[in-house]
Amino acid sequence: MTLKATLAGGLAALALMAGMAAAGPVKVGMITTLSGGGAGLGIDVRDGFALALKLAGEAGSAVTLIVEDDQQKPDIAVQIADKMIQSDQVDVLTGIIWSNLAMAVVPSAVAQGRFYLSPNAGPSALAGAGCDKNYFNVAWQNDNLHEAAGAYANSAGYKNSFMLAPNYPAGTDAIAGYKRFYEGAAAGEVYTQLGQTDYAAEIAQIRASGADSVFFFLPGGMGIAFMKQYAQSGVGIPLVGPAFSFDQNILQAVGDAALGVRNTSQWSKDLDNAANAAFVAAYQAEYGRLPSLYSSQGYDTANLLLSAMAKAEVSDQDGFRAALEAADFASVRGDFRFGPNHHPIQDIHVREVVKEGDIYTNKVIGIALEDHGDAYAAECRM
Amino acid sequence: MMLLAEQLLNGLQYGMMLFLMAAGLTLVFGVMGLINLAHGALYMVGAFACAAVAAATGSFWAGLAASLGAAAAAGALVEVLVIRRLYARDHLDQVLATFALILVFSEGTRWLFGSFPLYLSLPPLLSGAVSLPGGLVYPAFRLAIIVIGAAVAIGLFWLIGRTRLGLRIRAGEADREMIAALGVDIGRLYTLVFALGAGLAGLAGALVGAVQSVQVGMGEPVLILAFVTIVIGGIGSIKGALVGALLVGMTDTLGKALLPGLFARFMEASAAGSVGGALASVLIYLLMALVLIWRPQGLYGGAS
Repeated sequence: MTLKATLAGGLAALALMAGMAAAGPVKVGMITTLSGGGAGLGIDVRDGFALALKLAGEAGSAVTLIVEDDQQKPDIAVQIADKMIQSDQVDVLTGIIWSNLAMAVVPSAVAQGRFYLSPNAGPSALAGAGCDKNYFNVAWQNDNLHEAAGAYANSAGYKNSFMLAPNYPAGTDAIAGYKRFYEGAAAGEVYTQLGQTDYAAEIAQIRASGADSVFFFLPGGMGIAFMKQYAQSGVGIPLVGPAFSFDQNILQAVGDAALGVRNTSQWSKDLDNAANAAFVAAYQAEYGRLPSLYSSQGYDTANLLLSAMAKAEVSDQDGFRAALEAADFASVRGDFRFGPNHHPIQDIHVREVVKEGDIYTNKVIGIALEDHGDAYAAECRM
Repeated sequence: MMLLAEQLLNGLQYGMMLFLMAAGLTLVFGVMGLINLAHGALYMVGAFACAAVAAATGSFWAGLAASLGAAAAAGALVEVLVIRRLYARDHLDQVLATFALILVFSEGTRWLFGSFPLYLSLPPLLSGAVSLPGGLVYPAFRLAIIVIGAAVAIGLFWLIGRTRLGLRIRAGEADREMIAALGVDIGRLYTLVFALGAGLAGLAGALVGAVQSVQVGMGEPVLILAFVTIVIGGIGSIKGALVGALLVGMTDTLGKALLPGLFARFMEASAAGSVGGALASVLIYLLMALVLIWRPQGLYGGAS
């Protein structure tokens, strides 16, 4: 295992070293969720990010990383951001998981001349009219995986979908995204409370709706609760969803109930490219668990940062921004580039939940959308 | 029609789960005059004990027994070490100290089990759905929660109304100096009542953990509802806790199920969802306000 880890680390470091200038130090403030029901997501982003820095060796040690827990509360996230900008003097902010927190922090951070690299949240407001030259999203625009789920629903022949999402910016983006590509009818459209854990009332509505498929977006603990209750309810209408409800950590808590469910993701642990193979092996060696979608996004965010540091000093804002726009790094998801609004253009895959030994995980079974950008880019004026 | 029947059952199940939480809380508040914010932490302890024991032994039933035992033991320990010093203090001190207990339990659990949610699988007997008379299909486990809740309610009524221990609990509620003077070991009585309440909270945590998820911080949202329940029912009354829990469960479930549909008749689905959802989530507080205007001491609270 150690040999493998060293090899993998060496490979990744070599890949980064190629064409590297001596990078000046960069101070990064990471605001993420490390406690409460959404803690798993933030921990994975942090661990993925830290792993990339570690594997980069000397280039990685030029990054000073400050991590703080936002407790999934917008007011706390704003306080931390103010502290990081004013007293810690960070150059780059990153880490936020939840769209409502991103909306509270990002506009003011970029207005104060900091870079913000989003490893997760991608609310539509920041992709369209509210875009900013210093804001980059390394994961996806919120709608993307849902759009892919809509495209997949068409190809699977679904004609009457029941849609379920929590009532917050990413939830409304989710259903908007699904409906943008899905061509069938709506059997129902329900918004639940953020953080809700009992879905008995919604499942009863699904049962009575006569739908032929259920699209749902419920990240973190909400998804676990829904999937378990859905499996026990005996409803049995096929589920479709984005990868958030089927990430590596959730699947272990859901168990058999998730087997066979199709979900859409820009990343999967079995994507066949060298950067991904090195990442998955190194992550397992370092943390003793499989990486999740969120880990991959944290890892890519750090590698994007390192690639820009290799080309320009962060004090040279225009040069650094151009280096970020070039996205000159090997993403673990394969092909990756930024669109005009600094949001990804990438392939989105369809995965199926399978069991490998005792571990529940995902396997890529096809592609939902190729070279997919987002619907808001045209509204963005930088 | 079928939908309404299923939602009524959902409301009943939710109410029974709340009752398990509220019963312990109302006993502790009524008998000892203690505001115990850490009741939610004991609920979490029960869920984690059940998940850990079920994972180790492979038996959900062993886990369920462990949840009762572990939460009751944790409750007794906390009572002896911390709570005992708070009876004579005012409510603010109690709130501060028991809030500190929440933090201690949360961080302790995170330290032991990590931040990721745990998996608790159901026994084959209770997984899946059963067909009820009239063609209604309902999850077996939710039915089991209703049955367990009802059994606990009957057991508690018997315990409080028909046994010597119950007599002492009622006497302690009425006049603690007098029963101490009559030679009842009031310290031991308090520990017992506290452990009983904690055990019920732990049982609720284990039952809910099996349908939702077992994670740090799961107790606090339920705690707020449990407080609403006992305020509506009348503090100190088991009967009040039962009626209050069923009222809150029904109001919350039916509100969530029916209001968005009602609003969707005259506005867009996402707007109806958010307006209906928002109104549904304040509905129980509205209920509480109305009850308090009508009966400030709660439905079954003694006049004081």
